[in-house]
This record gives sequence, C-alpha cells and structure tokens, in this order.
Amino acid sequence: MDEGLKSELQKQGVFTTTLEGIYNWGRQNSVWPLQFGLACCAIEMIAASMARYDLSRFGAEVFRPSPRQADLMIVAGTVTKKMAPQVVRLYNQMAEPKYVIAMGACAISGGPFKQGYNVLKGIDRYLPVDVHIPGCPPRPEALLHAFMTLQKKIADQELTGANRPRHLNPEAPSEFPVPQFGAHDLVPTHNPAVWKAPALTR
Amino acid sequence: MPAPVADNSYLPILILMVAAVLFAFTPLLLARLWAIFFSPRKPGQDKNATYECGLESKGDAWIQFKSEYYLYAIIFLIFDVETIFLLPFAVAFTGLGVGAFLSLMVFLFLLVAGLIWAWKKGVLIWR
Repeated sequence: MDEGLKSELQKQGVFTTTLEGIYNWGRQNSVWPLQFGLACCAIEMIAASMARYDLSRFGAEVFRPSPRQADLMIVAGTVTKKMAPQVVRLYNQMAEPKYVIAMGACAISGGPFKQGYNVLKGIDRYLPVDVHIPGCPPRPEALLHAFMTLQKKIADQELTGANRPRHLNPEAPSEFPVPQFGAHDLVPTHNPAVWKAPALTR
Repeated sequence: MPAPVADNSYLPILILMVAAVLFAFTPLLLARLWAIFFSPRKPGQDKNATYECGLESKGDAWIQFKSEYYLYAIIFLIFDVETIFLLPFAVAFTGLGVGAFLSLMVFLFLLVAGLIWAWKKGVLIWR
C-alpha cells in the first residue's frame, strides 16, 4: 500500500495494515529467550530481565528452560570448545523462527580468551548470529539495545519473495551441523555456510 | 400465545457447544493454513530428538529398575500411618479402659510382627 495514501487515511481515522505487519508486530513483541548462561555475561542478562532493567517491557521476560519453547538464543558468555556442540544442538532444537544474539566479547570473538586453546573464537562460526553486542561484559542497557535492534530486524522481515527470512524459505536449512571433538580442535572448525575467515589486507 | 423459546430451551447450550468447539479448532486450522501457505515444516534429527538439553541421549530409555525400594517405601508408609494412631493413643493413655488398651496393643503387635518378618526376609538390607 502506498505510504502517502496510508497517512492520508490515518488522518481521517482509518488505520490500515498488512498481514505481514501484523505477523511481524506480534512476533517482535513476544520473543521468548532461551534460559541459559555460559559465563559472566549471563549475570548481566539476568540483571536485564529483572525489575531494574526490566526486559519484560519488550515482551521478552519469559525465559524458557526448554529450546522447544524459545525463539531467541542469547549466547551470554565464553563458548568453550567443550560447550560449542551443545550450544549448536540447542539451537537446532529450537523451533522456527529463531534468532541469535551473541552477547559480549567472548561470544562474538573469543574476547580476552581468544588465544586460549579451548575457547571458540566466536559463536558466529557455527550459528547465524543476528545481533552482536561488544563489551566485557556489556551492560544490561546494551542487551536492551541489542534486543531493540532485533525487534527492528524482525519488523522488517518480508513474508514472501526472495528476501524472506530463513524460516519461511523451504530450501534454507533449519538445523546447522553440530561440530565434533577432533584430535586437536573441533571438526569442522567452522560452518562455511555461515562464516568465512576474514581476508587480511596488508 | 405460547412462548417459542420454551420449545427448544436446549438451543443456547447447543450454540455454546458449537462455539466452544469452533473456538478450540479455528486457531489450529488457521495455524495449519499458515503453515501451508507461508511457513514450511522443517523437521530434523536434532529437532526431533527426545532429549532437549543440548546433550545427546545415550542408551535406551527401557531400562530395568530394582523394585526393592518399593518394599522399603511400603514399610515406611505403614509406620508413618501408625504414628497417627499412636499420638491420640498416647494423649488419651491414662483415661483408657482395658479393652481399648488391649486392642491397640494387638494392632501394634501385628505391625511389629510384620516388621520382624520383613527384617528376617532381608528387605531392610540394601543391596
């Protein structure tokens, strides 16, 4: 619908919307996060969900202990290589549509433990991360901002067409390969479908 | 003039019943239609797994339990209930007649005899 006509109608007290708009409006205001924390960022995530910062203002206070009921995975903390397969498997077990927020320096890049032999250098090597939050740890306000960013992203998703999100596309995968423990590292070291090594330009 | 409502006084109940059934099934139907037109099904190995805590389940769910704890629990329950009888017995002890005293002693004796029997059978020893 034409935007000009829409605002003209609105002045006359006639409100119009689209199926897509209602669908996304409903989804963006009831995103249920998965209740799990990996490290210290989880404390900030807990603070964000409690009374002082109050994530429930955005409809996301219902932290679900089961991946079957969750929409949003907040990867809050250091992902060790021991933990990475479990995180990916939990993501696979979530129902579509599902989103990922990588919270904190460790979850987005390995953070201060990047050189460690046992730390995954960012969960985006295995999962399609929607919003990255830098910080060590990020303040609850940063998580709120990330959440609002995710809401904007959900609101802009199209219901049909080539740019429709993954969960509406029958060809796009719902599950991502779970890494196995190899002799020295996880096998494979990353999922080429979601991450490729940045090219160095010197 | 006869009131036409009196003839079918069950009609409101029928209407309510139909509305209730529709209320339950319409969202399911709408969700199904939505799935057909927009949102494709995406089952998978991990998604369909029974266990949902990130770890892979190992072994079979059809394992055998030892039933010994069951006997333990039953004996506990018997003596748990016995205390309910013992407490009023103790409170009213000084005012009881001979008949009441004897009948409760017989009751206690039966229970203690049962306990001794279970003891001799080796139920109380955990293996």
